[in-house]
Amino acid sequence: MSAARDQTADPTAGGRVLLEGADIHRALTRIAHELLEANKGPADLLLLGIPTRGVPLAQRLAQRLLEVEGTVVPTGSLDVTMYRDDLRRHPTRPLLPTELPPEGLDDKVVVLVDDVLYSGRTIRAALDALSDLGRPRAVRLAVLVDRGHRELPIRADHVGKNLPTSAAERVSVLLAERDGRDAVVLSSAPSTEPEARA
Amino acid sequence: MNRHLLSAADLDRAEAVAVLDVSEEMAATQRREIKKLPTLRGRTVVNLFFEDSTRTRTSFEAAAKRLSADVINFSAKGSSVSKGESLKDTALTLEAMGADAVVVRHWASGAPHRLAHAGWTRGSVVNAGDGTHEHPTQALLDAYTIRRHLRPAGGAGQGGTGQDLEGVRVTIVGDVLHSRVARSNVLLLHTLGAEVTLVAPPTLLPVGVEAWPCRVTNDLDAALADGAPDAVMMLRVQRERMESAGGGYFPSAREYTRRYGLGRSRLALLPGHTIVMHPGPMNRGLEISADAADSPRSTIVEQVGNGVAVRMAVLYLLLAGDGTTTTTSTGGPS
Repeated sequence: MSAARDQTADPTAGGRVLLEGADIHRALTRIAHELLEANKGPADLLLLGIPTRGVPLAQRLAQRLLEVEGTVVPTGSLDVTMYRDDLRRHPTRPLLPTELPPEGLDDKVVVLVDDVLYSGRTIRAALDALSDLGRPRAVRLAVLVDRGHRELPIRADHVGKNLPTSAAERVSVLLAERDGRDAVVLSSAPSTEPEARA
Repeated sequence: MNRHLLSAADLDRAEAVAVLDVSEEMAATQRREIKKLPTLRGRTVVNLFFEDSTRTRTSFEAAAKRLSADVINFSAKGSSVSKGESLKDTALTLEAMGADAVVVRHWASGAPHRLAHAGWTRGSVVNAGDGTHEHPTQALLDAYTIRRHLRPAGGAGQGGTGQDLEGVRVTIVGDVLHSRVARSNVLLLHTLGAEVTLVAPPTLLPVGVEAWPCRVTNDLDAALADGAPDAVMMLRVQRERMESAGGGYFPSAREYTRRYGLGRSRLALLPGHTIVMHPGPMNRGLEISADAADSPRSTIVEQVGNGVAVRMAVLYLLLAGDGTTTTTSTGGPS
């Protein structure tokens, strides 16, 4: 958990920086254009970030959509903790806020936004959580990094960067809103953190 | 959080704040159309009640069911307990039925502690009120209610997420002697940084109360006027634990009401933001008047709803993980 990360001076020390801030910026801009193209405009879009780092990514995407189309696309957050299938394999996790726009998500095109797509289990949990919250017209998935190693038949519709990795490696996404700087770092430490299992 | 919740003193400040934060998210799920969560699917929660308690039992039952746990209600009436079965044999029976958590209400102080530490059950034990000792989930729901009202939303959090109750003044009035609610509240509110004042007639204060981390007084008017409390909690006069009308603890109900009841005139002494609380069930006209119970300051009905969210949080924190120490970090997996 992030408690472990906070104790380390820099968990990405010695790691290789794969994406710099400018790369992340360009990737999000491209995803924003792809979203508009696939949806034929911003109508009915709702960006739901998965805490923790999916939330600022969703807000950045909404900002790009505003710049491109001049339309405010609603954003929110979707905590999937209580829908996870690995709760009993870890110490109890704290819950994070789920915040939806007041109009709800019925008949919206919900775009789930997360930092890293790995096993696919977080997204499985997110789909279950969505079905308890309403009935979107469609659900799409946008991730900053797809690192492979899927354990479920799930794929992303929009990917910032495909990163072929080995399971022994760890992918850390750093965002200025939480971490003070933007970067995607690959380190060789075994992936013990749940972040890397997302 | 430990494996059991037996006393409000089991929680340090960070753990208590974490329970309140999880309660906040649980409460948010209870405002949805679909209130049920799959989180404790396959887990079994036994409500073991040796004492009548409709509201606490239904609150725990609702909390467990909203988290998809299976619930077995086991009450002393109509069970082998009334045929003389001991706590131990009852516990062994429940263990054989695969209880992951036992929520226990007992007339004897210390029964949940015995159940948790005697090795009769592997499950988590939650104290739902033991004798005149403790009622920790009531204290948690009271602290949660106070935080919602007195720690307005700041920054990202709603309802004071992440905050303690440092400096909040809480006055608890009435039958402290028989009240497990008072003891648990004093312990928990003190842990969270609140300043607690107990007000009671000398006959309704327990021996040793001077060692509790709070102030004690017999003068309600002074406590309300000079203390300027942020929350006033009225305790139920537990007449069933007294022999006659006043049981020798006070001369008459009318005198109790005059000296220790919360009515219209005392309500007027309170600062504008002060909330009025009562753990229920109320003796209307005895410790609290209808004016006070039904005033806009009253959080009494809200406390019942908050009880479900807080008990969901406790069951989640005790049962959802692999049984190792709970992390209190606010960061989570993505």
